Amino acid sequence: MLDAKEIVARRVAQEVKAGMLVNLGIGLPSLVASYLPKDIHVFFQAENGVIGLGARPPEGMEDPDLTDAGGSFVTAVPGAASIDSAMSFGLIRGGHLDMTVLGGLQVDERGYLANWMVPGKMVPGMGGAMDLVAGAKRVIVAMTHTAKGEAKIVPRCTLPLTAARRVSLIVTELAVIEPTAEGLVLRERSPGVTVEQITAATSARLRGGTDVPEMVLD
Amino acid sequence: MRNAMKAHKAEEAAALIPDGAILLIGGFMAVGTPVRLIDALVARGARDLTIVANDTAMPGKGIGKLISAGAVRKAIVSHIGLNPETQKKLIAGEIEVELVPQGTLVERIRAGGVGLGGVLTATGIGTLVADGKQIVEIDGRAFLLEKPIRGDFALIAARQADYYGNLEYSLTAHNFNPIMALAADTVIAEPQMIVPVGVIAPDAVKTPGVLVDYLLERAV
Repeated sequence: MLDAKEIVARRVAQEVKAGMLVNLGIGLPSLVASYLPKDIHVFFQAENGVIGLGARPPEGMEDPDLTDAGGSFVTAVPGAASIDSAMSFGLIRGGHLDMTVLGGLQVDERGYLANWMVPGKMVPGMGGAMDLVAGAKRVIVAMTHTAKGEAKIVPRCTLPLTAARRVSLIVTELAVIEPTAEGLVLRERSPGVTVEQITAATSARLRGGTDVPEMVLD
Repeated sequence: MRNAMKAHKAEEAAALIPDGAILLIGGFMAVGTPVRLIDALVARGARDLTIVANDTAMPGKGIGKLISAGAVRKAIVSHIGLNPETQKKLIAGEIEVELVPQGTLVERIRAGGVGLGGVLTATGIGTLVADGKQIVEIDGRAFLLEKPIRGDFALIAARQADYYGNLEYSLTAHNFNPIMALAADTVIAEPQMIVPVGVIAPDAVKTPGVLVDYLLERAV
């Protein structure tokens, strides 16, 4: 049995295509890099200033001037480029970033994402999230389906929005859901999970009927 | 011909910066941050600073030290999530925090540095960031008007400098530094190394020395 995070990371990895420039958020989204097919080449961007993010360095080989956007030590792959923040966000806002994968606190029936603050409780700041959601060609939300039993896929976000933009896809440990102009469409269910279980864990209305294919996790 | 610059001690540079000054400080989670200048500001007991930076780092690191020392009255940043002290001081009303999306922050600083009257960006439309801001429609698309930011001082970290003040940066330690070097009345650069004029190839110079007013001694 795969754990929730691994299901999400494996499924999101299938969305990454050869030649893409991809930005992975910290936490769950960063796991996606581990599940890419070996034969495709993509460049990962870290918005603090590198295109061509590589794996974690071996202990003792860290470069204090080379970290990812979460502040962890990383390496750069051959062919990588280091860039300043204006170039980095120019790539993001300017439509040069093919895909961003971010975590989420809530997504609603419009496909709008809230992921940067919980008023009165947690105010970390938006960092680069608002630019990423507003600017990337595809926005994939990778998150657990619920938080402490509470639905995170809701009719209308009650938390402050990250952007007024319909995200491209929501991937959770239970389901793959595509926001469309007509609402949220249930595209896939996790192995062994029923449509009823997904509906019960979702307070938003889901379209797509009862005949929903299972995710293929190879 | 430009005279070669003198290299200063961090204390001398910190003494130039009065309480209440607006500082642009390079760095991202303390990577590419001018740490010796920050230590010297803390040591001289600086107060009431407004800092403009990507983030407030973590306690005990980079800008986090200025926060812990109570040197900061206002922070204009994109992220404070890794510094619980900033959040605590914010809740206690000891510090004012203006949160700005990271890409908007760097472009506002760039606008301040290159003589532009503002930035039009789609980032923040339909969010709390848009509150009270003018929306401008260009060719049918809505943009937020974001105003320029300038500082009294920019504190810049670089990998190496020459004695004309030309700066070269390293990997993810570029971040806000080359942009901030454009946008302050006085620019103080803290290089890890200083090399003879001519050693940094023209193509490698990311901040031309004409922008730099003061140079710190090399790190070691």
